[in-house]
Amino acid sequence: MNAKSAALFVFLMAIAIAAAFMKRSDVYLLTLYCVFLMATMGLNLTVGFAGQMSLGQAAFFGIGAYHAAILMKLGWPFLAVLPGSAIICFVLGLALGFPALRVQHHYLAFATLGFNALVFLVMRNEEKLTGGTYGISDIPRPTLFGFDLSGHLAYFYFTLVSLILLGLLLWWLLRSPWGRAFAALRDNPIRAESLGVNITAYTLLAFAIGAACAGIGGVYFASLVEFIEPGPFHFSTSLTMLLAVIVGGSGKFFGPALGTVVIVLLPEMLRASSSPWLKFMQTWYLAAFGIAVVLLMVWLPGGLLSLPEKLSGKMGRGK
Amino acid sequence: MGELVQLLVSGVAVGAIYALAALGFTLLWQASGTINFALGEFVMLPAFSMLLLIAAGAPLWLAFLLTCALSMLVLGLGFKRLMVDPLMRHGVIPLVVATLGLTIALKTFVRAGFSAQAHPFASPFPDGQMSLLGINVSYADMGTLLLAGLIVLALQAFVNKTVTGRAMQAVAQNTDAAIVLGIDVKRMVLYTFLMNAALMVVVALLITPTYLAKFDMGDAIGLKAFFAAIIGGFNQTRGVLLGGVLIGVLENLVGFYISPAYKEGVALMLFLAVILVRPEGLLGRPEERKV
Repeated sequence: MNAKSAALFVFLMAIAIAAAFMKRSDVYLLTLYCVFLMATMGLNLTVGFAGQMSLGQAAFFGIGAYHAAILMKLGWPFLAVLPGSAIICFVLGLALGFPALRVQHHYLAFATLGFNALVFLVMRNEEKLTGGTYGISDIPRPTLFGFDLSGHLAYFYFTLVSLILLGLLLWWLLRSPWGRAFAALRDNPIRAESLGVNITAYTLLAFAIGAACAGIGGVYFASLVEFIEPGPFHFSTSLTMLLAVIVGGSGKFFGPALGTVVIVLLPEMLRASSSPWLKFMQTWYLAAFGIAVVLLMVWLPGGLLSLPEKLSGKMGRGK
Repeated sequence: MGELVQLLVSGVAVGAIYALAALGFTLLWQASGTINFALGEFVMLPAFSMLLLIAAGAPLWLAFLLTCALSMLVLGLGFKRLMVDPLMRHGVIPLVVATLGLTIALKTFVRAGFSAQAHPFASPFPDGQMSLLGINVSYADMGTLLLAGLIVLALQAFVNKTVTGRAMQAVAQNTDAAIVLGIDVKRMVLYTFLMNAALMVVVALLITPTYLAKFDMGDAIGLKAFFAAIIGGFNQTRGVLLGGVLIGVLENLVGFYISPAYKEGVALMLFLAVILVRPEGLLGRPEERKV
């Protein structure tokens, strides 16, 4: 275990311990953060490692959530629902990505954008299945091997451990020869192709795996909020998820962890605060975020985590 | 029978509006490689601008003209100078991301600063409909078709008949060759940005009476513009027009005969079908891959 992973371990332990002393609403917020991070880490695979724009991550997130909510209300156990959500999103990702990626890379952005709009319509209109705008309420929290996870702290630990497992899985994936092909693809697709990497197949897989991660996140989301309706799965969530990945630093493994702070934790802190100035900021938060993204693209297209590189690069040149 | 014809006519009218928006999208893409995801917001902002000017007492035509000037200044010149030019150095992806950021920013501005409600917008055409051989066609549909047709014809005439227009075409087809031929490429690209900005005001004028002025009205129109452009074939004006009209007509038919709830899904399905069978679009010419 090297210094970096030791530091990460200590950090995670510190959060886990600190959570035991936090307010209920703060633990809820941290859990929400973990849930969103599952989806944005998956999206980072698509955006950062395969170099594709996906504007439909919230749709996969929602499909995972609705699938889980419907089946868990019928009495299915959490662990039986989880792989189902992942597989459905994976297969849908393949079906959507195949036609789009065959043509030109930015077509995936349009296809996912339309897909998100369509999924939102299904959620709103298929009242028998999804409850329409009334949504689905009383979604149960899981019980695992006899442990009741319905308490807010127990559910947070469960989500955190799951997030770490998912993170390890993705980490292993990116370290494998298979994952190295992703990096080759992002850095220079034409060279990668000439070295025998099947660009379309790898890009498609990266996108589908990213979609599956969102599906998994959706299952945890449904159980966390206990009530789902179409609202959170609107295209605008996909957009903020994508921008979170890019702001954090796409292609950096911990980029989404930073970016998700910006889209989940910061706005909630503003909402919770009592200072009128911060209240004012809350209304304008997304506008400021949007402008920040534009400025970031001009000054730091690699995202926040590329700042050290940029600074050291400049100093290097200065010598 | 009369019912079907009516659906077709109003479908073509809506489709013509989609086609106008799609034309703006392809103009920028062809001339400068700009993919503008904030296209829908470029329609939404002029709609609110006209609404404000009308509320201030201006007649519709004056509000329209003033908004055109404003839009060309801000969404044409300003957008190009402040966003596209500095970002193009980094490539297309940062620019795409920046326009996505712009989408969020503009929507939030209008929502927080103005209102989250849908505002009615008076149609530029008179109410009522005309009966012809038992078929009822509303004046709004006729006016839309007429205006959209005129604009397309004027645009075509400009691009094909004038020196400036031909120079713009040359830039769109092959920028390097255009430079060699002594065409002022930067100026031509600027013209396309100005034309796009003015076109979006027309789209706003035509679509807002049905969509209503709302902060997120751009979502739907933007999406349909992208799909119309790709379905018909990016690099052909005829193709873009066909794409827009196809979406408009099919949406109307699906909305009436199958389910109004899934009208909005038609464009996506058509898009997926077309790129599976003919990736270059129905009327498009395949483009060589740029390395």
